[in-house]
Amino acid sequence: MSWILAAPIIIPFATAVLAFLFRRGPEGRWLSVVGSAGLLIASGFLMAEVLREGVVAAQMGQWAAPFGITLVADLLSAVMVVITGITGLAVAIYALADVDEAKEALGFHALYQVLLAGVCGAFLTGDLFNLYVWFEVMLISSFGLLILGGKREQLDGGIKYVTLNLVSTILFLSAVGLLYGMTGTLNMADLHGAVQEVENPGLLIVIAIMFMIAFGVKAAVFPLFFWLPASYHTPAFAVSAIFAGLLTKVGVYSLIRVFTLIFTTDVAYTHTILLWVAGFTMVTGVLGAAAMNDFRRILSFHIISQIGYMILGLALFTPLAIVGAVFYIVHHIIVKANLFLVAGVARRIAGSTDLSAIGGLYKTAPLLGLLFLIPAFSLAGFPPLSGFWAKYVLVKASLDAEAYWIAAVALIVGLLTIYSMTKIWGAAFWKPHPEGQSPKLTSLTARDRAALLVPIASLAILTCIIGFYPEPFVAFAERSAEQLLDPTAYVVAVLGEMPDIAPDPADVAQLEAVE
Amino acid sequence: MELLVAIMVGVLVAASVHLMLARNVLRFLFGLILISNAANLTIFVSGRLTPESPPLIPEGADAPLETVANALPQALVLTAIVIGFGLFAFALALVYRTYQTLGTLNSDEMRLAEPKGENGK
Repeated sequence: MSWILAAPIIIPFATAVLAFLFRRGPEGRWLSVVGSAGLLIASGFLMAEVLREGVVAAQMGQWAAPFGITLVADLLSAVMVVITGITGLAVAIYALADVDEAKEALGFHALYQVLLAGVCGAFLTGDLFNLYVWFEVMLISSFGLLILGGKREQLDGGIKYVTLNLVSTILFLSAVGLLYGMTGTLNMADLHGAVQEVENPGLLIVIAIMFMIAFGVKAAVFPLFFWLPASYHTPAFAVSAIFAGLLTKVGVYSLIRVFTLIFTTDVAYTHTILLWVAGFTMVTGVLGAAAMNDFRRILSFHIISQIGYMILGLALFTPLAIVGAVFYIVHHIIVKANLFLVAGVARRIAGSTDLSAIGGLYKTAPLLGLLFLIPAFSLAGFPPLSGFWAKYVLVKASLDAEAYWIAAVALIVGLLTIYSMTKIWGAAFWKPHPEGQSPKLTSLTARDRAALLVPIASLAILTCIIGFYPEPFVAFAERSAEQLLDPTAYVVAVLGEMPDIAPDPADVAQLEAVE
Repeated sequence: MELLVAIMVGVLVAASVHLMLARNVLRFLFGLILISNAANLTIFVSGRLTPESPPLIPEGADAPLETVANALPQALVLTAIVIGFGLFAFALALVYRTYQTLGTLNSDEMRLAEPKGENGK
C-alpha cells in the first residue's frame, strides 16, 4: 500500500539521478521520457487504488500518525498526480525537440524530473512541514529550469521569480511554526481536530491569513501575482508549459487543502476574503492579457485570470462550487500547458512570439491552427469543450449561492478571454506574415515534427474527450468535493479513528448557512 | 524569556523589511537572510523555551521523568536552516551572475523581460 503512494515520488527522483549521469548523451532525454511514462503508470495505479478504497494513507518509516510523516491520497490528490503524469509525459516528449544539447548538458532533464517529484510530493503529503519541504524541492528545481541558458531576459525574470517566491516561502514557514506553537501538531488530519480546540480563534484567523498569502503568492492571485508575468515568457517553451500547467496549481491545491481541511472555523470571514481575491484576480489577469502583444505574455496573464475561477470555487464553499473548482483545475492544466506548447511551435516555424512579427500560419500550417483553436476555445469556454462545463458549473454555483456579482464577473472575464484568443488568432494565423514568409510545419525535420506535435495533439484530444463526455469527470469531481467538504474519511484514513471531539455543530451550522 | 525572543523576532523582521524595500537587489538579499532567521527563531520559540532540561531519558526508564525541552521544533529549524542555506547560495549566485550580465543591481533598471513603454503597441 505504501509503495503505491511513494512510487510517484520515487520514480521521478530515480529518473533524475539517472538522467543527470547521462546528461551528455542522447540517453538522458530518453530516460526522462521513460521516467515520465513510469510516473504516469504509477499515478494510474494510485488512482485505481483510491477509486477502490476511498482515501489511502501510509506512514513513512512506520511512525504512527500524527508523529511520523504521512503520505495520503484522496480523490483530489490522486487526480492531481494523474494530471502531473499526463502533462509530465507530454512535456518530456516535447522537450526532445525543444531543448538543445547545451541545456541538456547542464542537467535540464534531471531538474525537470526533480520538479515533477516535488509537485507529486506536495500533492501526496499529509504533513504541513513536509509540504514546505516539497515546495522547496519544487522551487529550487524551477529556479534552475527558469534560468537555464542564462539569456539576459531569463536572468532578469529569474530575479523577480526567485525573490518573491522566497519571501512567500518564509511566510509559509513562519505560519507553520506559529500553528505548531498553538496546536502542537503538524499532521493535517490531526490539525483538523486540533484547531477546533484552540482557545484563541482570533489568532487562528491571523495564521489562516498568513497561509492564504503564502499560498496566494504561489498560486499567483491578485495582488500577489507580479512574479508570474515577469518570468514565465523567458525560459524554453517546454519549461514555460510545465510551469504554466503545474506550478501555480500546486498553490491552488494547497489553498483548497488547507481551507477545506484545517481553517474552516470561520468560513464567513476567510472565504469572503477569498471571494474578493477571486474576483480581482479574474479581472486583473484578463485585462493584463488584453494589453499584451506577445503570444506567451498573453498566455501568462491568462493563467492569472483562470486561477481566479478556481479560487472562486473554493471561496463559495458550496458542494457544487467545489465540484467546479476541481473540474476547472483538471481542465485548465491540460489546456494551458497545451497553449504554451503551441506557442513554441509557432515560434519555431514563424520565427518569433511577438504577434506583430509573425503571421500567415493558418494558410500554410492549418493543422497548427486547428490544434490552437481547440485549447484556445476551451480556455474561453466555448461549448462543447471542457472549459464550457468548468465555467458552467462555477457560474451555476455562484447563482445558487446568490452571489450574482461574481457570476457576472466570471461571464465578462470569459468574454474578454475570447477577445485575447481572437487577437492571437488574427495576428498569428490570419494576418499575412509581415516579412512575406510562409511558415510551414514541413520546415521542421520529421523527428522534431513528431516530438512537437504528438503531445499537442494528445492533449487536444483529451480536451475534446472531457468536453464531449463530461459526465464521468463531473461525477468524479462530485465525489472529490464530497470528500473535501466532509473530511471524516481523510482523518480516519490517516489517524485510524476519528479523534474524540464533538462533531463541531457550529461548523455544520455555518456550512448550512453558507449554502 | 519567550517575550524577549518574540521581541527580538519583531526587531529582526522590522530590520529585514527595511532592507527588502531597497532597490538594490543585494540589500534585498541581506533582508531575506535576516527574515529567514527570524522565521527560524519563530519556530524555535513556538516550541516553548525550557532552559537546562535536555530531552534525555535516563537509563532504564521508558519516558523522561520530568518536563524536558521539545525536540521537534529544533529538528524543524535544522531542516529549515539547511534548505534556506541552499536557496541563498543559489540566490547569491543568481544576483552575482545578473550583475555580471546586466551590469546593474538596481531593480528599477531591470526591465529586459518587461520593457517599458510597450503598451501593447
